[in-house]
Amino acid sequence: MDLTTDFFTLFQLPRLFRLDLSALEARYLEIQGEVHPDRFVQADERARRQAAQWAARVNEGCLTLKKPLERAKYLLFLAGHDLEAERNTVMEPAFLIEQMEWREAAEEARNGRDHHALERLHHRLHQDLAGRYRALAALLDDQRDWPAAAHETRRLMFLEKLRLEIDDALAALEDEGIY
Amino acid sequence: MALFQISEPNASAAPHQHRRAVGIDLGTTHTLVATVKSGMALVLNDAQGHPLLPSVVRYQPDGQTEVGYAAQNWLASDPKNTVLSVKRFMGRGRKDIAHVESLPYDFVEGAGMVRVRTRAGVKSPVEISAEILKVARARAEAHLGGELVGAVITVPAYFDDAQRQATKDAARLAGLNVLRLLNEPTAAAIAYGLENAAEGIYAVYDLGGGTFDISILKLARGVFEVLATGGDSALGGDDFDQRIFCWVLEQAELPPLSPEDARLIMTRAREAKEFLTHHAEAPITVRLANNRTIDLTLDAHTFAEITRNLVARTLQGVKKALRDARLAKADVKGVVMVGGSTRMPQVQQAVADFFQSAPLNNLDPDKVVALGAATQANLLVGNKTGGDDWLLLDVIPLSLGLETMGGLTEKLIPRNATIPAARAQEFTTFRDGQTAMAIHVVQGERELVADCRSLARFELRGIPPMVAGAARIRVTFQVDADGLLAVSAREQTTGVAAAITVKPSYGLSDDEIAGMLKDSVSHARDDAQRRALKEAQVEAQRLIEATQAALKEDAHLLDKAEIARIEAAIAKLQTQVLGDNRRHLTLAMDDLAFETQAFAHRRMDQSVKRALAGRTVEEVNAIAERAGEERREEKTNEGSAA
Repeated sequence: MDLTTDFFTLFQLPRLFRLDLSALEARYLEIQGEVHPDRFVQADERARRQAAQWAARVNEGCLTLKKPLERAKYLLFLAGHDLEAERNTVMEPAFLIEQMEWREAAEEARNGRDHHALERLHHRLHQDLAGRYRALAALLDDQRDWPAAAHETRRLMFLEKLRLEIDDALAALEDEGIY
Repeated sequence: MALFQISEPNASAAPHQHRRAVGIDLGTTHTLVATVKSGMALVLNDAQGHPLLPSVVRYQPDGQTEVGYAAQNWLASDPKNTVLSVKRFMGRGRKDIAHVESLPYDFVEGAGMVRVRTRAGVKSPVEISAEILKVARARAEAHLGGELVGAVITVPAYFDDAQRQATKDAARLAGLNVLRLLNEPTAAAIAYGLENAAEGIYAVYDLGGGTFDISILKLARGVFEVLATGGDSALGGDDFDQRIFCWVLEQAELPPLSPEDARLIMTRAREAKEFLTHHAEAPITVRLANNRTIDLTLDAHTFAEITRNLVARTLQGVKKALRDARLAKADVKGVVMVGGSTRMPQVQQAVADFFQSAPLNNLDPDKVVALGAATQANLLVGNKTGGDDWLLLDVIPLSLGLETMGGLTEKLIPRNATIPAARAQEFTTFRDGQTAMAIHVVQGERELVADCRSLARFELRGIPPMVAGAARIRVTFQVDADGLLAVSAREQTTGVAAAITVKPSYGLSDDEIAGMLKDSVSHARDDAQRRALKEAQVEAQRLIEATQAALKEDAHLLDKAEIARIEAAIAKLQTQVLGDNRRHLTLAMDDLAFETQAFAHRRMDQSVKRALAGRTVEEVNAIAERAGEERREEKTNEGSAA
């Protein structure tokens, strides 16, 4: 086991999208308890640096496996489909049109300071994402259909970005409420 | 040699000896130093019994420097040479400093941060802070009866890289071995959590003299985990004083003031603020240099009004931190109040209204940070008492990224990432034959580079000419447990090793620190040399003991030849420790480190495996199968639970 060991092996978890998050958390704390730089404050420079590298790797692993989109991307990467390295991702027109509609609705609600409309969008998106992640789990864990899973993951990358934007818009409205 | 203390951290050298370690809360207004004695954390008082050391430094006409109450007495009469709230200038340029026009100092622009011209010369905030830390160190050494093994220095959680680096430099300049930079709210959480055996989600609201932090933590048995942090490193009690100051100027219709008068009114403003903590109104009387006397009365209601938006700004930070932690305020079990400024009734009220519950005030808000830092220092040096042990997981407050095309930022490490953190990303050239690439490191949340803080610029040279887009330049960010960043870059395709590691430009190099140490009055020239030798000897001794302990424990990981080589290297080093040639000693240490590299690696491997011990491949597979049916629903839903 070294710094290049894959994260599933590192945390001794099965290489699956449907992940036991509590097991991940427990393993994470166990390993971090051993390698964290706080355990090596009295050691020499090289030991301290090595501890920092290990702890950083363990942190990165936990973060990657914890978030479903990152986990999906990582599973695909291990299967030889590196979505991060892709330069041009051509999406089908219907999806793009749907995206534009989502965005327009979000922008309209934001400009109109319409908190409720934003909340409704958020809820709809939440439902949509939940269904897509269920489908993605089947593609990754049951069918092992990497191309189809990669395609669905690309869509999810768009949608998660949209969700972030709606979150930000909601936050901005909330902050305005203070003053 | 590396990682020899895996199974028993820090227990290699003299296990039964108590190591002298302290926590120092280097505050904007006050500094405190604390330690753990017989299992109890306590703040160390000065000879007169004062726990607080005012963070005030005065450069006297006779060339001496005074710190604390003695210096404080000169604030109004010698304002240019008496520096207060220097923490606000750490790692900051002149333009970053709030109300700079009302400060009495002669500021000088300098590399990375502003400097103050005093009668003792131009002083950087690092040097001024070091004066405070020297006094704290002397107090600690007097109490503990000898040189310190090290200190945990606290910083506001919202301090950026420049401010952290400056703080660490100041501590080193004061001759302190920095065990860790610890975030102030995290230190408070340790003190509170251990004292009250608290478990669950807690918020720490820390309003100090010049900084505001909010941290959301998950406390569990043996783990302190920061989920999110936020704040404002230029918002604190000083700003409340400033509001009263402006109110006085307005009410009394005063013309522009001399530095002495301004300082005097500022002092009266602060006194009025403190008075209002326990009274409904505060009288403000000031006799100016021209003998004009100002008599005003500030009531609590007016005070709350003129500071309303300062309090609102803190609550905005609280909301943001909660959002980042993906929590609602109802999830928060308690709010720990830290920092002297939380004594203000309007602050208490606002926090109570926001969380719909009374804040926790059962620890002294001035002392809790220092006590927590002392407790952590005690743990870090290995003075364990009663098997007390915990893991502390903290985060970085601000995103770290790079400038990309068009002045945009590309974030490599997001805010609230658990530290240590590392992240690498590949970039490419955009022109044919491009042989150099400028790398600009920034910190902040905004999309435009211009709105973020610039940490460092450097250039990667010697890229072999290629067509645009063919070069693969890998930029690596590494944030250590102190929250400090190191960046390196390397061109990947050609094997041409063009790598560079930068320390952001405001940081002092080791040579500069050594130079300042040498220049300082208390250190004669060869003192620095002797000190370096002594430090190397201590380090070598530690290395020998750690290696021997590791051999005793894990010799089974080595073959006979390897053991023989390591033992030979130990013997060589033992000879050098007794000598006085620092260079030979360092080389012998390197040799031993080289011989034990593979050993260290195997031990780390063993330790990681041990952490996961008892889990067989079959068990892991069984988990995989179970994961199928029963958890299908909830585990996929979790993906969208925002």
